[in-house]
Amino acid sequence: MIFVTVGAQMSFDRLVGWVDDWAAKRDRDDVVAQIGPSDYQPRQLKVIPFMTPPEFRARLAEADVVVAHAGMGSILNALELGKPILVVPRHGEWEETRNDHQIATANRLGAEGLVTVADSAEDFERELTRLVQEATESRISAHAQPELLDRLREYALGDR
Amino acid sequence: MSDPTGRRRVLAVASGGGHWVQLRRIVPAFEEHDLRYVTINDSYRADVPESPVYVVRDSTRWDKLGMLILGLQMLVVMLRVRPHVVVSTGAAPGCLAILLGRAIGARTIWLDSIANVEEVSMSGRLVRRVAGLWLTQWPHLSSADGPEYAGRVF
Repeated sequence: MIFVTVGAQMSFDRLVGWVDDWAAKRDRDDVVAQIGPSDYQPRQLKVIPFMTPPEFRARLAEADVVVAHAGMGSILNALELGKPILVVPRHGEWEETRNDHQIATANRLGAEGLVTVADSAEDFERELTRLVQEATESRISAHAQPELLDRLREYALGDR
Repeated sequence: MSDPTGRRRVLAVASGGGHWVQLRRIVPAFEEHDLRYVTINDSYRADVPESPVYVVRDSTRWDKLGMLILGLQMLVVMLRVRPHVVVSTGAAPGCLAILLGRAIGARTIWLDSIANVEEVSMSGRLVRRVAGLWLTQWPHLSSADGPEYAGRVF
């Protein structure tokens, strides 16, 4: 599951749109987004405008990858759980927040290797694909290999 | 012997820890059957709330009295459940279950633990002539007159 959060204060439809495009292109139905006060009508995302802190932490804990604005609440919560996090900074010039502090934060944390930063649609698509692939490759499936299950199934149905 | 829909009683047996975890990874193969478990720890019931669980005492081959008690407990379970199929991932309780299961005419499956990389386990070798299906999880341990390899638990 991919969990997207833009915080509760302001909408961030540029980011939400990028994730929606990414998910729609791949027909993924496991992308959940907390989108704040936004009128955005997603094609593919499962949208939750606001969450209580326990709901928020439960979603974070489930996530393979977290996508977030460069808000420290989102980043700290995700890092605390050891989640890979893709950060998109809000730009002051486009009135996504009051100034460019998120750009500075994202770049500094990115340089320290704590988060991955994407500041364009192209970078975003590439980096999200990479993070999701890395996060799911290292994990094993919930069950035994299908061919082993088939062999057991077939044997159990034989005559005594 | 079994009901007309082909639904069978399957008794899935494992001791604790890795044996139990591996057993849980193969039971999707039996989900259409009447699946029951035998294990050694009461708290494992929480892993399979939808299925009956029979708890027996764990033992090892060095503890003769323990093995006797375990054997009697397993016999009681076998006679109560009358399984059509007995499947186990080890260790000692599974080994006994395969022997007793075979004695009451069940189809028996031994899946040797993936932890046995260099040779089949002692329990595995004990049930070699008894288990109807004798499986290893390592291709290099399989052979024509040895265990079969059909895949592994992950």
